[in-house]
Amino acid sequence: MPTYQLNINGERREVTVDSSTPLLWVLREDLKMTGTKFGCGISACGACTVHLAGIATRSCIVPISHVGDRPIVTIEGIGQDAVGRAVQDAWVEKDVVQCGYCQSGQIMAAVALLKHTPKPTEKNIEESMGGNICRCATYPRIREAIKSAAAQIK
Amino acid sequence: MLARFTQQQFDRRGFLRVSFAAASGLFVSLYLNGSSIEAMAQEGGQPPAKVYPPDAFVNIRPDGKIVIQVNRLEFGQGVQTSLPMLLADEMDADWSNVIAELAPAADIYKDPMFGIQMVGGSGSIAHSYQQYRELGAKTRAMLLAAAAERWSITPDKARTENSVVYGPDGKSATYAQLASDAARKPVPATVRLKNPTELRLVGKKTKRLDSRPKCDGSMKFGLDLDLPGMKVAVVAHPPVFGARVKSVADNEARAIEGVRDVFEIPLAKGTGVAVVADKFWPAKQARSRLKIDWDLAAVEKADSSELWTKYRQLARTPGNVALTQGDAKALDQVAAPNKIVAEYEFPFLPHAPMEPLNTTIRFDGDRAEVWAGSQFQTVDQIAVAEVLGLKPDQVIFHTEMAGGGFGRRAVGDSHIQREAAAIAKRLRGTPVKLVWSREDDVQGGYYRPMHLHRVEVGIGPDGLPLAWRHMIVGQSITAGTAFENFTVKNGVDSTMTEGVADTHYKIPNFHVAVHHPKVNVPVLWWRSVGHTHTAFVMETLIDELATRAKADPIAYRRKLLKPEAKKLHSVLDLLEKASASWRNSLPRGHALGVSSHESFGTGVACAVDVSIENKRPKIHRATIAVDCGLAVNPLSVESQFQAGVGFGMSQLMAKGAITLKNGVVEQRNFDGYVPPYIIDAPMAVDVHIVPSTEAPTGCGEPPVPVISPAVVNALARLTGKRYRTLPLVSI
Repeated sequence: MPTYQLNINGERREVTVDSSTPLLWVLREDLKMTGTKFGCGISACGACTVHLAGIATRSCIVPISHVGDRPIVTIEGIGQDAVGRAVQDAWVEKDVVQCGYCQSGQIMAAVALLKHTPKPTEKNIEESMGGNICRCATYPRIREAIKSAAAQIK
Repeated sequence: MLARFTQQQFDRRGFLRVSFAAASGLFVSLYLNGSSIEAMAQEGGQPPAKVYPPDAFVNIRPDGKIVIQVNRLEFGQGVQTSLPMLLADEMDADWSNVIAELAPAADIYKDPMFGIQMVGGSGSIAHSYQQYRELGAKTRAMLLAAAAERWSITPDKARTENSVVYGPDGKSATYAQLASDAARKPVPATVRLKNPTELRLVGKKTKRLDSRPKCDGSMKFGLDLDLPGMKVAVVAHPPVFGARVKSVADNEARAIEGVRDVFEIPLAKGTGVAVVADKFWPAKQARSRLKIDWDLAAVEKADSSELWTKYRQLARTPGNVALTQGDAKALDQVAAPNKIVAEYEFPFLPHAPMEPLNTTIRFDGDRAEVWAGSQFQTVDQIAVAEVLGLKPDQVIFHTEMAGGGFGRRAVGDSHIQREAAAIAKRLRGTPVKLVWSREDDVQGGYYRPMHLHRVEVGIGPDGLPLAWRHMIVGQSITAGTAFENFTVKNGVDSTMTEGVADTHYKIPNFHVAVHHPKVNVPVLWWRSVGHTHTAFVMETLIDELATRAKADPIAYRRKLLKPEAKKLHSVLDLLEKASASWRNSLPRGHALGVSSHESFGTGVACAVDVSIENKRPKIHRATIAVDCGLAVNPLSVESQFQAGVGFGMSQLMAKGAITLKNGVVEQRNFDGYVPPYIIDAPMAVDVHIVPSTEAPTGCGEPPVPVISPAVVNALARLTGKRYRTLPLVSI
């Protein structure tokens, strides 16, 4: 099995896995970083969203061999970023979570949105968050929390 | 973890055990580190008999943290916060130092009403309200008694606040300082509970205790469990429910690196092939390379279109009578123009919780340990014991945080746990995590049954329903389960007629009957159970009647409701006020939709502002009025309704159905079965709670029934069409 050098949350990590293994499962099982969630395996729900070179990416369909030297940021590391922290804080302040399982992916999608669009409209929110399923349907508070985080970010 | 103590140790201590950390703190550190009682006894020199084991519900640690056990699963509904609020309030505990833990399976944690440890029927707060308040009050009484003894006063000379007891002359002691003395005090048989004005936490908007770890990736769900030496298993399930493996060629599967074993296992119905690997990915890869010859000859192949034909025919024949009142012939005397004949179709619905189903089991020969996000700990514990040839008390059952459930983790036949146990049995000594992929979940059955309603309504001269004949066709959820004795009477499963036969509307001549066909598709309760379909039928028909009568939808409902339906009257009154600012001044292209429904003892009324965008309903806002008795945590009630109505929109999704063709489920994943995304849910939901000091009723299920009828009632105003077939493929 090949060995891969990864840059995750600013740290170098090395894994030896089958080249077809999706990034999601490398994170969860090889690196024990379980904050990134498995929901569907076909990029339909967004629970596995990470940032790959700053772009919100479904880690369940990215084979580890395709990652290359692009930096990876996960829910475990997003709080080190000012926007990331603001979004997490807004999520707590608005009491968004219910079962919470999808929220890692929701937060990663929201951070990516706010980094590119600091003052999003409802339409921007619907587009950027449009591929993330929350089965509890906490969507109204997700909208509120994004707007609240946007107001906090200087 | 608590569960290292056997069930007997829990059981022989009776119902209420409140114990406290030993003064040394030794006991507490062991509690945290998960060592054994015996180890503690050796280190600390304290004989185990004199040490209070981690108490069943409350543990006061020397650092002032108060650990409260939650006697049921947390899977989003918020009990992990609301139940501790009840206890902490009566105890006068410092809320900022409260830690909540999900209790393992044990008799002590059974639902006081249901008699098994479970979450369901929106019973968590309703059934444990009194229990958790009393636990808190008794704990406080013991702390007061300990302080009184220390200061040689009577307890009534002391008072409590924020985890401190205050005595005369400026004396004070923290709960942590009093804990070990208090533990030796007798548990009072009775205690006075606070009157409503004395409550400090209950009734106040309180944020969830589990928010931060769910926002930073640190919360561990069942699927996140990682144990030393653990293996991961997936199972190839039969393409048709109940089919058996004839033969399997597994060479290619075994060739994948990391695959440890491939073997046939019994399922709740039929058989399957388990693949055990070091990790999930090789297990899933290997499963896709199995060549299995299934014996499909002996199993019935359900087919949705054939079932609809059959259900339509059945609906035209007399069934088992659920209710008959008034004159059965009254309907026949109504002239055709004054009649509505309506047929409704509801498909199979999967629950599809975000966290795929999973269970981890380690079998050690004479005992087993289980980790599962279960709504049914007692039932699942017994099932695991049965498969492994153990007694239930030899099965330590940890309750794991679960990523949603909506009924899917409350399964009478415990098929997930049985599957996991069958695998663990073969891998004796090795922990093995069974993972259902999303495909297993979507295709795996245990759906909300498909239903057909045929309703004939005769309208009286006053525009109100004079006669109503209602037939419901659908599989019984509870027939053949342990619940049958409670739910099935005279061939009628009340979980299918709830919301119709017990309607709060005045219908003088009313006849309700059912057919329960047997179909080879496993079915299960789906959040709000029978109300998922009955509320839709009732509330769309009532709306149609109101429209025909040219009446205001709120006023018409109020007129038709029985006077004794107090909660529904109160929510309609509140809805009328709360929606006044927007209800009658909608922009062009928007329409109002109204519904109201009582379920699980909670009254709900809903008004929505809907337009049509991209050929789908766009819900600009929803205003909800709720009467759930005392709202223990109003923030949690608001959460349940704000989001629960979005969950209810599942029914209206264009691809919101499971269908079968020749026995095979046609959807595989979230591409074929599509639950609501952010654009499908209401953009904003304002929730208004009727002030009440009545006993609390549930809020997990009652949001679901109201939304889909309200939305299609609005659509009907926009298009002039009535929508009676779900899912809503087109408008």
